[in-house]
Amino acid sequence: MTNTETVAARTSSGLSAAPLEFRNVTKIYPGSSTPAIKDLSFTVPAGEVCVLVGPSGCGKTTAMRLVNRMIDLSSGDILIDGKSIVGRQPSDLRREIGYVIQQIGLFPHVNILHNITTVPRLLGWDKKRCERRGSELLELIGLTEEMGRRFPSQLSGGQRQRVGVARALAADPPLMLMDEPFGAIDPINRERLQDEFLRLQRELRKTVVFVTHDIDEAIKMGDRIAILREGGELVQFDTPDRILAEPADEFVAQFVGVDRGLKRMALTTLAEIELEPAPAVADSAGEQTVLTGATLREALSLIMSDSLRPLRVVDEHGQVAGYVSVELINKAMHNDGGGNIAVPR
Amino acid sequence: MMFLAPVADSGGPVIPNFGKTSQCVLDNRSFCWGWFSKHWGDTFEPALIQHIELTAMAVAFGFVISFALAVLAHRHGWVTNPVTLLSSLLYTIPSLALFEILVGYIGPNWYMVEIALTSYTLLLLFTNILAGLSGVTPDVLDAAHGMGLTRRQVLLKVEMPLAVPAIIAGLRIAVVTVISLATIAAYATPTGLGKPIFDALSNGGFNTAFLAGGILCVILAIVADGLFVLVQRGLTPWASARRGA
Repeated sequence: MTNTETVAARTSSGLSAAPLEFRNVTKIYPGSSTPAIKDLSFTVPAGEVCVLVGPSGCGKTTAMRLVNRMIDLSSGDILIDGKSIVGRQPSDLRREIGYVIQQIGLFPHVNILHNITTVPRLLGWDKKRCERRGSELLELIGLTEEMGRRFPSQLSGGQRQRVGVARALAADPPLMLMDEPFGAIDPINRERLQDEFLRLQRELRKTVVFVTHDIDEAIKMGDRIAILREGGELVQFDTPDRILAEPADEFVAQFVGVDRGLKRMALTTLAEIELEPAPAVADSAGEQTVLTGATLREALSLIMSDSLRPLRVVDEHGQVAGYVSVELINKAMHNDGGGNIAVPR
Repeated sequence: MMFLAPVADSGGPVIPNFGKTSQCVLDNRSFCWGWFSKHWGDTFEPALIQHIELTAMAVAFGFVISFALAVLAHRHGWVTNPVTLLSSLLYTIPSLALFEILVGYIGPNWYMVEIALTSYTLLLLFTNILAGLSGVTPDVLDAAHGMGLTRRQVLLKVEMPLAVPAIIAGLRIAVVTVISLATIAAYATPTGLGKPIFDALSNGGFNTAFLAGGILCVILAIVADGLFVLVQRGLTPWASARRGA
């Protein structure tokens, strides 16, 4: 799930993705005695999605906005591709970083295509290149050329949010900042947008800083999760699996929820574990089957509904891949380096 | 029907003698088309053109001054209060008094009229332009800055275009106000559509000239207002665009 390579891949337009490093970053607002961000250090390898998550007031949005100097840090440093952001012209820096916010903030007075090509035009791309890039991005987010000529008010919320993502990707930035990008979308469309973004991300491999207050979204979207607590303190920085398996303390355990075991099972599909052979006593009458693409959580749910009888697992061609039992799921949850699920320290 | 009370009961209104005088004019009926069409070319057309010039110049000067002050106030908040105070003060001075005061200092000329009329546009234009510039939603500004637009680019490419509806709303009120106020300028110096109106008054209440001046003023105001609506539709197609359109 995680790609820990920090080597930035290169494309014709510069970096495709750049590593991001927070180095002892502290932010104290003028007139405030307590820091909003306290000695924050972590590194996001190039091409990974890092989710900043925590309760409101934990400073996750502040931390994100420090990266493109929408807020200036008090001490410490932030490095993008090894280069410090301190002392850089803010507007130049921001043009190299994709920026998506919850309210989207499309320009209502220009059409979608014009909105999408905002940063390329700031960078002085010629008209032809902007148009080409605009068409490319419309196709990427599944909008027609005709929609590109509409104004933002003529699009649905979901379409506007896709445009917001396309606009941030326009100049192919090595780093994207996303502040609760799907927070204002209804649950069904939110899930669709999340899936779409993950599909895009698998293709584009940007370094992404993603802010949310929703731990489920964090688990779904993140290669790594940084859990912050009030006062901007980093409590745990790890993969979703490790955070669910080994919460660093009671705060994290509570934040991820008592059902973290189930959440963790939802991270692994049956295709990723070694299945059992057919049981010795073959009793296939009324036996339930499940696809290899199902998660361990889904498998467990089916097993529970059928008096703990093992499930038959079939692949997409209908071939039996093996069987899955409660014991097997239990073993899988303890074997892949996850440690003990039950006991938080 | 009499629109104006005769100044003196003896002799009735004093009608300027432009040669052969019709019975309609002699009777001072409500409106004499014959007299009006005969004097369109020598009286009303020049007065109308003059009135348009007076209005256009005053609104143009007022717009330039207000726009500069509004941009300044938008950047430096402290400018807002003194400008609002001063322009409100100017706005509250009765027009007749202002014309009289200015005649004393400047004389009964074009400058006096323009200064007075311009001063009446300032409050209307300044507050509307400032409201337009400051009315851009915070998320649009956040996105604009976050994408790397400089402050100047945000002003020119985001705030100004989005302020157009508010600016045009201000211009519409200012133009209609100035069209009506400009008639009073003729009290101090013979100019614009106020001239036939004041002439009619001093001639003992000649209905035709009085009404013609007033009606032309109203028509001018309606036409000018309509033109601004058309300009706004042309400039802001986004404002009328709706979902599914």
